Amino acid sequence: MITLQINGERRELDADPAMPLLWALRDIAGLTGTKFGCGKALCGACTVHLDGAPVRACITPLAAAQGRSITTIEGLSPDGSHPVQLAWSELDVVQCGYCQSGQIMSAAALLATTPRPTDEDIDAAMSGNLCRCGTYQRIRAAIKRAAELAGPP
Amino acid sequence: MRSDRRMFLIGGTAVAAGLVVPWYLGQRAGPGGLPLAASRGAGLAPNAWVHVAPDNTVTVWLAKSEMGQGVYTALAQILGEELDVDPRKLRIEFAPVDAAYNSPFAPLQFTGGSMSINTSYEQLRMAGASARAMLVAAAAKRWGVAAATLRTHDGKVLGPDGSATYGELAIEAARRKPPRNVVLKDPANFRYIGRPLRRLDSDLKITGRARFGIDVIRPDMAHAALARSPVFGGRLRSFDDSGARAVPGVLDVKRVSAGVAVLATHTWAALQGRDALRIEWDEGAGAALSTDGLRTQYRALLQQQGVTAQDVGDVDAALGSGARAIDVEYELPFLAHACMEPLNCVAHVTAEGCEVWTGTQFQSPDRDAAAALLGMRPEQVQIHTQFLGGGFGRRANPQSDFVLEAVELAREAGRPVKITWTREDDMRAGWYRPFGLSRIRAAVDADGLPLAWHHTLATQPLLRGTLFAGFIPKDQPDPSIVEGAMHMPYAIANLRVSVHEAHSVVPVQWWRSVGHSHTAFAVNSAIDELAALGGRDPLSVRRVLLADKPRHLAVLNAAAQRAGWGRALEPGHFHGIALQESFGSIVAQVAEVSVKGGAVRVHRMTCAIDCGLAVNPAGVIAQMESAVVFGLTAALHGEIRIEAGRAVQSNFDDYPLLRIGQMPFVDTILVAGDGPMGGAGEPGVPPVAPAVCNAIFAATGKRIRRLPVTSSL
Repeated sequence: MITLQINGERRELDADPAMPLLWALRDIAGLTGTKFGCGKALCGACTVHLDGAPVRACITPLAAAQGRSITTIEGLSPDGSHPVQLAWSELDVVQCGYCQSGQIMSAAALLATTPRPTDEDIDAAMSGNLCRCGTYQRIRAAIKRAAELAGPP
Repeated sequence: MRSDRRMFLIGGTAVAAGLVVPWYLGQRAGPGGLPLAASRGAGLAPNAWVHVAPDNTVTVWLAKSEMGQGVYTALAQILGEELDVDPRKLRIEFAPVDAAYNSPFAPLQFTGGSMSINTSYEQLRMAGASARAMLVAAAAKRWGVAAATLRTHDGKVLGPDGSATYGELAIEAARRKPPRNVVLKDPANFRYIGRPLRRLDSDLKITGRARFGIDVIRPDMAHAALARSPVFGGRLRSFDDSGARAVPGVLDVKRVSAGVAVLATHTWAALQGRDALRIEWDEGAGAALSTDGLRTQYRALLQQQGVTAQDVGDVDAALGSGARAIDVEYELPFLAHACMEPLNCVAHVTAEGCEVWTGTQFQSPDRDAAAALLGMRPEQVQIHTQFLGGGFGRRANPQSDFVLEAVELAREAGRPVKITWTREDDMRAGWYRPFGLSRIRAAVDADGLPLAWHHTLATQPLLRGTLFAGFIPKDQPDPSIVEGAMHMPYAIANLRVSVHEAHSVVPVQWWRSVGHSHTAFAVNSAIDELAALGGRDPLSVRRVLLADKPRHLAVLNAAAQRAGWGRALEPGHFHGIALQESFGSIVAQVAEVSVKGGAVRVHRMTCAIDCGLAVNPAGVIAQMESAVVFGLTAALHGEIRIEAGRAVQSNFDDYPLLRIGQMPFVDTILVAGDGPMGGAGEPGVPPVAPAVCNAIFAATGKRIRRLPVTSSL
């Protein structure tokens, strides 16, 4: 039994501690907003926050989350009002949308530590998140917009 | 299936202002149409597309799949325009599979060919206008006034002495007969069509609430992973499942047509169970296949005559006249679609019928294939379409591969099952953009202008043998091979296009822009080679060759002007240009590129498109940005190589996609044209590779004749 916080709620998951957090979230906790893309930390679609830091859930064993706090896209804000989500909406970032949970979680983690990111900061923080639809141009602009929306650092 | 391109043309023709159109499409609504409408509860349901509930909820059903290309928004705009309801207030549902939703292009319910908007345009306008007319008629009766004196505005009928909401009128309107003739709006009065609208699926997708096929969970559902033959055309010989059955969470192991399936309580156990299978495959003749072998075979074909697709003037005389000439080959690799959402499908089969939940582009072909497999009537099979995490053609499989696997397994399992493909499963399963070669022999005249052109292609056909085979003209090559090479817009007096249809055990499929992804590269590269041979500027040669085509010329000039063609660029930066007409639209692109130590960097892509009326201009711009990234990934990195009958590449480490730091700035211009509506999802892809490679030539003097660029530099 693994005990952890998911989106602010204490959960006990009866699962193999070696199971990747991704499958525990999706198939056991029923939180399907976190996506499976590659299984090898190559695409970032499964990005969640572990104690606030971005991790790839597909290679993070459930055991690593024991006693810790996970935030998924479902828990980023109660109503889609996180500055990153607002900026994503304003700049019409999404296309197919499949990678966007991971993109948004990576962007939110970046802004939490770097409130005024440069292009280089954005490249570094977001290079692990693939988008096949090609929304990168808008992602870059939306991160800058989210920084404005979040207010002065 | 009957081949009838005229139906498409009719569907793509803009309806004239205020035209009265006799309307029947979707009103009778096919075999399921009336039950469909009746099943939608109280209120007005005059056709398969729209329902107005007494509580003012207005629902539109989309017959097209949303895979990022924006139909969720644009189709709602069309219906909302004629119904006179703000599209942002519509409730949007994916339609069930039903003949009512067949395309005017072909009697199929599918999404593809960049024709979702232009083939739905009349259908949805009429569906909306018809419902609006019934609401107006109900109000006229209630108020005892003539319908002609009433107006509508955003969900209300406005009368001389007040107004009524559509919801208030819905029950009365439902008692009226649908009008036989429908009056459509004068486009001058459009409030939504032609104006940019932000995506209506944005909120769902930024909060994790959008449900993709892979997210579907059904009661009592088993999770499954399949072991498939690693070799194309291979067959299962034997397997030992004792290890798999010992994995905690594994429920069962089943032999199925495609291989061996492991069923489990969750995906992780299914994958571990699959890893523990010991399988012997009969690899078959496919094990001898390789990309290198295909190259040798295709190069030999290119020396032979082939089937003539087009022959104008006297190519042989012109090529033999002693004029300066080129004789070059271009090679394009197999490519995987690599949708970010790996393939998946949920199915449940009972004695009564079958239900499927998945993201598909092929609702009615999948339904028919499932019914045939199960020995059921098509009406016993229902497809619940989910959001697609990318499609690019892969989710329109001519053999319904990912659907039938799940249906077969669900029948064997006797419970709902979800098959999840890993990235490796998805990338190695085939159904690629075909590997192909083009040979172009061409000459320039004394003025350095193209005089003769003989384009010979060798690749696998895509339509032949599928349910689209009816679209292959008699005694002609498969259109998927010659599109963009045959009847190309560049006017050359002596021109021949010849084709060799090749075959291999590697299954191939339409991949965003289909044959144009091959032909745009060969044609636009060779035009540049001729420009160099003739000592002319690549833009000015194109202007000469497009002189009689004002729409093409306008698009070409728009891209060139915006990019600053001919002006000094930053040191080390060079321009390349390409133009392709595809899916009814014309796109020209100028790539700004630098090359340092063999590393290509694309700084800016200027993109001009004429797609006729753009229902949602914001959506067209987004599709151009998307196409550039998709095309650049292919041009710079994309290759599935076959060795020993297997795909060498398997995941994003060896099949890299463009990352954010490699993204050029994309600058898009919509060129307003008065031609018929064209597509937007695919036409931006074909010019990318040749524009970039022409810029590489400008930078280095080296011609890239084999993609990806990384294999040639």
